[in-house]
Amino acid sequence: MSFLEVLYFIIPSAIFYAAPLIFTAIGGVFSERSGVVNIGLEGLMVMGAFIGIVFNLTFVGTFGAMTPWVSIIAAMIVSGIFAIMHAVATISFRADQTISGVAINMLGVAIALFSVKMIYGKGQTDYIQERFIRFDIPFLSDIPVLGPMLFKDVYSTSILAFIVAIGAWFVIYKTPFGLRLRAVGEHPMAADTMGVNVTKMRYIAVILSGMLAGVGGAVYAQSISAEFSHSTINGQGFMALAAMIFGKWHPLGALGAALFFGFAQALSIVGGQIPIINQVPSYYLHILPYVLTILAVAGFIGKAHAPKASGVPYIKGKR
Amino acid sequence: MPNRVVNILVPVISVILGLLVGAVVMLASGYDPVAGYAALWNGIFGDSYTIGETIRTITPYLLSGLAVAFAFRTGLFNIGVEGQLLVGWFAAAYVGIAFDLPMYIHLPLAIIAAAVAGGLWAFIPGLLKAKLQVHEVIVTIMMNYIALHTTNVLIRMVANGKETTAPIKETASLKSAFFESMTDFSRLHYGIFIALAMVLVMWFILEKTTTGFELKAVGFNKHASEYAGMNVNKNIILSMVISGAFAGLAGAMEALGTFQYASVKGGFTGIGFDGIAVALLGANTPLGVVFGAVLFGALKFGALNMPNAADIPVEIVSIVIALIIFFVACGYIIRYFLEKLNKKKEAK
Repeated sequence: MSFLEVLYFIIPSAIFYAAPLIFTAIGGVFSERSGVVNIGLEGLMVMGAFIGIVFNLTFVGTFGAMTPWVSIIAAMIVSGIFAIMHAVATISFRADQTISGVAINMLGVAIALFSVKMIYGKGQTDYIQERFIRFDIPFLSDIPVLGPMLFKDVYSTSILAFIVAIGAWFVIYKTPFGLRLRAVGEHPMAADTMGVNVTKMRYIAVILSGMLAGVGGAVYAQSISAEFSHSTINGQGFMALAAMIFGKWHPLGALGAALFFGFAQALSIVGGQIPIINQVPSYYLHILPYVLTILAVAGFIGKAHAPKASGVPYIKGKR
Repeated sequence: MPNRVVNILVPVISVILGLLVGAVVMLASGYDPVAGYAALWNGIFGDSYTIGETIRTITPYLLSGLAVAFAFRTGLFNIGVEGQLLVGWFAAAYVGIAFDLPMYIHLPLAIIAAAVAGGLWAFIPGLLKAKLQVHEVIVTIMMNYIALHTTNVLIRMVANGKETTAPIKETASLKSAFFESMTDFSRLHYGIFIALAMVLVMWFILEKTTTGFELKAVGFNKHASEYAGMNVNKNIILSMVISGAFAGLAGAMEALGTFQYASVKGGFTGIGFDGIAVALLGANTPLGVVFGAVLFGALKFGALNMPNAADIPVEIVSIVIALIIFFVACGYIIRYFLEKLNKKKEAK
């Protein structure tokens, strides 16, 4: 296998594995930028994957080839509603954000598995019939070198992930809404004094993060696993959280980090077919993203700063 | 209402609310909550065998709860108990298999190995927190996954490529013939005494030693502690290491008591994560952890009876536990209502 062929092989798989992480990590960026730590991304992703698969299995007769897309929307809505729980606890009830997130994670898995057993009478669902399929982008895929690397055999969900990431960058950095969002996360009292509704901004951000994590979960389930069981979402939410931190709480940084983690994941899965890489024990590839994240937060890759008010409930009138 | 009573009432109300919502969930899903909770009750107290197995389940919960609670007292959130438990499990099993020693050396050695392994695994996030102000939550989550992959590789090595190691030597076993005969051959083992002893150890360290005083002081206010001349960094690391040692011991309970071997895992045991629930419910005090561990351990084991006896998926209990944590986390609002209730009474 030549070097170019290796790239043709590994880069599409990296993007493929990165897409769900990108959605979820962008969700994390919204939440943390508003000052709410969301460790519950994992549970929200589980919810998204579960709803995506169940909706897909149930309505495949109605929507036909469009089913995966409709399922994503369903997952987005349900996960968004689920995230309200986290929002109410952390914003209105001043709960510890990390602990509430842990509860969301446990609850997401428990509800999903409980429902799967209730609906299907077994621990995992059947395989879905309609899933996301690859296609070649016309014209662009004919470009030499770049074409086969980036535009051949792509998933439309991967394209959507890039659009969402760039859109999030625009919203957070180029719109009044984004300015308020960041202000609320850095110094809520100052924002409040300027007439920004801190509570409302935080609610919107947490619900947005739930919706995006739901999309991430549904994309993962409908393009990678094609079924739902206890091990469908197994740490991807935490990986997305890591990607967000690795990306320094910036949408495009998170996009880059997610792509990198996707690359590491792709290496550990398809690496056996690539010369040189197949000499490296898969163990090192498995732990690579986690070790890198620790190094990243330890500041070896430039000091990253979390939004200042992240993790602190805002209590009006308290200094 | 005195503060003490409120502190006890919040978790009690949370448990009741959790069970109530659980009943509503069962009702809404078309199951019979009365039959469900009856099956749960029988799953816990049905006969001597289930009682034995319930206590067996409680044992590691005690230790993982202590681990989370201990770190919390110094203001640290150790989500890495799961990973520390896994390395402790492996270390205990390895010592139990690899050495031929008389029991009075072998068993303590295996137990200490587990505690050391867990402590070392927690040392890394502790060090990073102390020296580089890295948030321990992120590092411990990542360390969990590294632990899972690392122990799997090590277990395959020890087991010569197989998924499960050979059983540990009898000289390193916590197995109890006495408990077996009492509880109709459940897997209840002597580890419960170690777990209870550790409850006393935690109480002793926190309440009766200077070190414990410093650890708690750092948890209350880092800057004040530093101003008072305490070494904050040292205390952060020490707290994580002790917490990790408790977690490692929880792994030893599984390795030397319940399973008597180590095996390759596809995912986490969940004992470490449930330790968070145990600690929270117990308000991070040693005695509170005992209550938390008894409740959650019993719920977890008793739930296994629910699919058979009442045809309800076991996950209902996970839903209840998650809800309980959620309600405890929202303690502010429960306190708020209790205060309101109190004021009304006073007005009368």
